[in-house]
Amino acid sequence: MGMVTITELHRYGRTKFIMPGTAACPGCPLQVGMRQLAMALDGKFAMVIPAGCSSVIPGIAPYTAYTVPVLHVPFASSPAVASGLVRAVRQRGINGPVVVWAGDGATADIGFAALSGAAYRNEDVLYVMADNEAYMNTGIQASGTTSWMAWTTTSPRGKTEDKKDVALIMLMHKVPYVATASIAYPMDFIDKVRRAMQIKGFKFIHLHAPCPPGWKMDDSYTVRAARLAVETGAWILWEYNQGRLTISPPSIPYKDKSRRRSLEEYIKIQGRFAHLKPEDIKLMEDKMDRQWDLILKLAEIYK
Amino acid sequence: MSSQVPLAKQARKVLVGDHAVAEAVKLAKVNIVSAYPITPQTLIVERISEMIEKGELRADYVRVESEFAALATVYGAAAGGARAFTATSSHGLFYMYEMLWWAAASRVPLVMAVVTRALGPPWNIHDEHTDILAMRDSGWIIGMAQNVQEAFDMTLTAFKISENEKVLLPVAVGLDGFILSHTAEPLDVPSQEDVDTWLPPRNPRIPYVIEPGGEAITMGNLPGNDVYHAILKKYMDESMEAAKKVIAEVYDEYSKLTGRNYGVLTECYKCSDAKYLAVSMGAWSGDILNAVERLRNEGYPIGLLRIRYIRPFPEEDIGGWINGMKGVIIFDRDYSAGMGGVLASEISGLVPSSISFEGVLAGLGGFDVSADEFKTIMRDFVDKTEREGLVKIRKYWYIPKIER
Repeated sequence: MGMVTITELHRYGRTKFIMPGTAACPGCPLQVGMRQLAMALDGKFAMVIPAGCSSVIPGIAPYTAYTVPVLHVPFASSPAVASGLVRAVRQRGINGPVVVWAGDGATADIGFAALSGAAYRNEDVLYVMADNEAYMNTGIQASGTTSWMAWTTTSPRGKTEDKKDVALIMLMHKVPYVATASIAYPMDFIDKVRRAMQIKGFKFIHLHAPCPPGWKMDDSYTVRAARLAVETGAWILWEYNQGRLTISPPSIPYKDKSRRRSLEEYIKIQGRFAHLKPEDIKLMEDKMDRQWDLILKLAEIYK
Repeated sequence: MSSQVPLAKQARKVLVGDHAVAEAVKLAKVNIVSAYPITPQTLIVERISEMIEKGELRADYVRVESEFAALATVYGAAAGGARAFTATSSHGLFYMYEMLWWAAASRVPLVMAVVTRALGPPWNIHDEHTDILAMRDSGWIIGMAQNVQEAFDMTLTAFKISENEKVLLPVAVGLDGFILSHTAEPLDVPSQEDVDTWLPPRNPRIPYVIEPGGEAITMGNLPGNDVYHAILKKYMDESMEAAKKVIAEVYDEYSKLTGRNYGVLTECYKCSDAKYLAVSMGAWSGDILNAVERLRNEGYPIGLLRIRYIRPFPEEDIGGWINGMKGVIIFDRDYSAGMGGVLASEISGLVPSSISFEGVLAGLGGFDVSADEFKTIMRDFVDKTEREGLVKIRKYWYIPKIER
């Protein structure tokens, strides 16, 4: 499968990769992201899903809304389970994708050791971390990837730590493929999944997935927030593919700081940042600039 | 042991318990092994890695980053249709605890060796059964070997038992740390050809397989009604019951292959005319049997009931042997805090109030208990019962004097 086209997306628009009647909240980004993943793989893959929203969304057994084989597994275990699963099916001559679809808590926190293990062993797995920036399924508790100063039920005055950069940590594991993506940029995400699947080994995609209830914003703002994150430069889309790191097309204009929208536009639609003072937003912008410097330098290094 | 089958088809070897387990894993043609070191299990996964390097075993060997991942990996492998094996001990087993339950209730076949060891603190690598007994509510079939030959036989039969459609539960093979794991004993090993005819490759579709492009099966999502949960547990219970018969059938077939006969869930020595019954599990049963034999020579009517499988719980065997006895003495190399010996706790429910009972806690942390000491403890129990009538000692801490 090559690069995705608009025509193809329209065709997939009629395909029910996820059956109706799920338990997802209105405006859920995970539904959007998983559909895009399924489009990228033409619905032919197996999923390993640790505890989280996506273990509830498919609905209740004996029914499921997911149309691919799924193994639901304990919170910390998905990279290890996928390691065993992929080796078993490869031994049996089956070459299709084994995908871990996991949230940020499962990835950045509780399953981090298993993630590191599977990555360093270069297991033939695609790992998608759908990052809604908190433990949403348990009711919005701060995770390792929750943004600095974001309100959650366990950081009522704003989180004091910075967001853990899991994609860069994966890059340092020397795996063949690492990328960031956003549910607001389906063509970028789908292309990344397809390019990743051409590689045998560990592939990691950090998918930004704004969560309306968790971010205290209107249900209709999911895609708007995801897009604003990119357009303000708060979320940088990049791709590392076997030695080469590039800024992805949707983020290229924002290498130039003057072309970025004001960070405030992204912050002000999120109730979780309602308590931020102008100086907090300024600090946040400084952190963002440093992140751009780092990614651009890495793009220079991995030319 | 009877031996109608020509032992020429078997090879006589001298192996430590851990290497005997590895030998069985090789003969079972396991597809995927996950490995994480922990004493006294480590020799198993070291030996398996050598076997794979030498080309004696064609398997994926996954050097995982923890025991939690070790079990998660073989669980994923089993869900993907592979025959899978791992091994652990003590703290490693406890680090797996969540996965133990998930693997069992997922109903995929798996085999794991548990080389028993004490739990810290303090750090202690020596033998105790508390670790393996902490698995007992999780849904695993749990055996404890008495010697190296049995550790080998229990491992090989475990695959056949676990993969049986009436069972489909993971099997833990217990062997005492150092006492078996690191002690060389002679054993007979069947040929690969014989094992192949008896143990064909695993059918990956039983009970189900998760594979890309395969049927859209979902394992483990929330049930619509919590009653499903109860139904699934009842199915597990029925499979545990069915396992009793399956274990008997598997050992029956296995005896035709090897000439070795075992009692099924338990073995009772000198029990038919006994008035007193000692109960034990694992390697020290050999020393206890030695003491029983010497007590017999002195006229004490005592027998030894050795538990081979603690899950499924051999209720019928134990209840049957206790019936008609004057007293039962149970040796626990384990301790449930606030309760006492685990075997004593589980078995006490089968001991009528008219029968004398003593639960002995000994060998905790791995200290040696000699046949002489067993003899004294059992003789004292019998003498006391004969002298005083009914004796009920819920727990007796047997702690030898040491220089401090």
